[in-house]
Amino acid sequence: MTTSYTFVEKALARAAGVESARAGDILDVRPDLIFSHDNTAAIRRIFERIGAGRMSRPERVAITLDHAVPAPTTQHAQNHAEIREWVRLQGIANFFEVGRGICHQVISEEALILPGETIFGSDSHTPHFGWLGAFGMGVGRTEMAALWATGALWIRVPESMQIVLNGRLRPGVTAKDIALKIIGDRTVGGGQYRSIEFSGDALSHLSLDERAVLPNMMAEFGAMNAYMLPDQAVFNYLEARRTRDYTPLYPDADAVYADRYELCVTNLEAQVALPHQPDNVVNLSQALGQPLQQAFIGTCTNGRLEDIEAAAQVLRGHHVRCRLVVIPASSQVLLAATKSGAIATLIEAGATISTPGCGPCMGNHMGVPAPNEATISSANRNFKGRMGTADAPIYLASPYVVAASAIKGAIADPAEFLS
Amino acid sequence: MTTHRVHVYGDHVNTDVIFPGKYTYTLKTPEDIAAHALEDLDPTFASRVQPGDVIVAGRNWGMGSSREQAVTCLKYAGVNILIAESFSGLYFRNCINQGVLPIVCAGLNTLLQTRDSIEVDVGQNLIVAAGQAFRFTPLSPSVQAIIDAGGLVPMLQMRFLGYVDGYVPAGGKE
Repeated sequence: MTTSYTFVEKALARAAGVESARAGDILDVRPDLIFSHDNTAAIRRIFERIGAGRMSRPERVAITLDHAVPAPTTQHAQNHAEIREWVRLQGIANFFEVGRGICHQVISEEALILPGETIFGSDSHTPHFGWLGAFGMGVGRTEMAALWATGALWIRVPESMQIVLNGRLRPGVTAKDIALKIIGDRTVGGGQYRSIEFSGDALSHLSLDERAVLPNMMAEFGAMNAYMLPDQAVFNYLEARRTRDYTPLYPDADAVYADRYELCVTNLEAQVALPHQPDNVVNLSQALGQPLQQAFIGTCTNGRLEDIEAAAQVLRGHHVRCRLVVIPASSQVLLAATKSGAIATLIEAGATISTPGCGPCMGNHMGVPAPNEATISSANRNFKGRMGTADAPIYLASPYVVAASAIKGAIADPAEFLS
Repeated sequence: MTTHRVHVYGDHVNTDVIFPGKYTYTLKTPEDIAAHALEDLDPTFASRVQPGDVIVAGRNWGMGSSREQAVTCLKYAGVNILIAESFSGLYFRNCINQGVLPIVCAGLNTLLQTRDSIEVDVGQNLIVAAGQAFRFTPLSPSVQAIIDAGGLVPMLQMRFLGYVDGYVPAGGKE
C-alpha cells in the first residue's frame, strides 16, 4: 500500500487528531474555525433545542451579516436583531456587521483561517478557502448547530481529483473563464463528492484575487472542497494579518487521484454560462449579441478589487446601455476601489454601487430582475429562479465580459474596450 | 416492506428549484416551508404530495446551496425517503441530519413515472419497482445511527439533555 497522501487525507487526519486517514474513512473532525451568516438565527433555534447551553469554543466561531444587508424588510431586520442578540449572549468576538462584506472575503481578509487548517461554514461556497491552502467545506444549519455544541463533525474523507492548469491566460481572460471551462467540460457533477487539488504553472501567474475564484466555483462542480498549493504570495498576504502560527500542508508527489483534468489556458477564450445551469458553457463568441436588461458585478466569486478594477478598465470613457449594479465583496474592497478611482470611473459610466454583501445573487434584493428580463452576472449560479423569479434568464461571465456587455446592452467582447 | 407513491425527476436538480433562496430567511413554519417545495421544478408538487411519498431522481440530486430547507420542505410534506442515482454531498448530509433516508440506487428514475408505486424494505436494502428488485448499499453504521435516532438534533438531545424533546427541525417553529 502506498504511503503517499492527498491534501485532504492529510488535512482531515490533522483536524481529527489521528495519525493518518484514507479516502472513505469516517472521521470526527474538529475544525479550526466555523462560521455562519444570515442563517445564524435559524441555527440558534436549532442549537437551543439541543440543550448544550453555551458554545464549546466561541473564540473559533465567526458570524457575518452579508446575505440580505442592509435589511430589505422588517422580517430580515428581525432576523439580524436575533443574530446580534445571540452574538452578545455567546460572547462572539468575530462578528462582522452589515456592510463589512461577504463571509468568504471577510474571513480571508481577517486571516481567521490559515494554510493547512480546516474550516466549516453554513454556506456552500466554503470550498473558497482552498485559495490559501485550507480545507473548506459547506455544511447545513443542523450541522452548524452541532458544531457550536460539540466542536466536532463526522466527515467521510473524499476521493481526490487533480486539476492541472498550465500556460498563461491572455489579457482579458480570467480565472472565472477557467472555472466555467472546467465546469462546462465536466458538468456540474464532474467533481461530485471530490476534493479538488489545483496544480500547474498557470496558478503562479494568477493574482490572489483571481485564485480565489477557482476553489469558490468548485461548489458548482459538486466538490466537497478545493485546494491550491499555498506559495510565498499567500504567506506574504497572511503575514501582516494573522494572529497565530500555521503549518501548510502539501500533497505527496505520488498521491493517488480518482480523476484528473488538464487544461492549457494559454489560448482559452472568455466563457459564458447560458441559462439555467453553470455547465451550459460556450465560448464568448457564441453568445455575442444576446440582449440584456441588467448587468451585475459582485459576489464571493468576483467582487474583489481586481474585479472592480477590471470593470473600470473596460468602462472608462463609456456609458452603460443597461442597468449595471456593482457590489464590492467587502468594505476593504470598496475602500480600495474608491481610493484607486475605480468606483468614480464606474459611477461616471452609469453604474450604481451598493452595500458590500451578496446583493441580488440569490434573489433577496438590490437588483432582482423582473420576469423576462435577462441579467449577465459575475456570480456563480444561474439556476432557474436564482435571482428571485423563474422567468428571468441569467448568464454568467467574468467582470470584463459583464462590463463590456453593460456598455452594449447585449453580451459583448471586452477586447475592443481594452486596447 | 412498505409501499410508496413516487415523484420522478431527472439529473442535476438544484436546491434553488427545490426551495428558492428568496424564502430562506423569512419562512419559518413547517407548513409554509412545505408549501414551496419544488416550486420552480414542479409547481403542482406541493398540492399533490402525500405523507409517505418518495422522490425518485437521477444523478446529483440537490446540487447547489447548503440550505437545509431543500430537505425539510420535503420532510414537512411527508417525504421520508429519497432515492437517487447520486446526491450532492451537502444534500446527502442534510438528509442524514434530518433523519430523512437518502438511498443511492441507479436506474429507477428512467423506469418509473410520477404516481407509480414502489415497495421499499430498508432492513433488507431492497426496492421493488415495476416488478424488478433493486439492491442498495446500506449506510455505514455510524451514519445509520443518526437516521435511527431521528436525525442529528435528537441524537444530540440524548447527549446533552438525556431525552428527546419533541423536536421541530431546522427552520421550524420556536
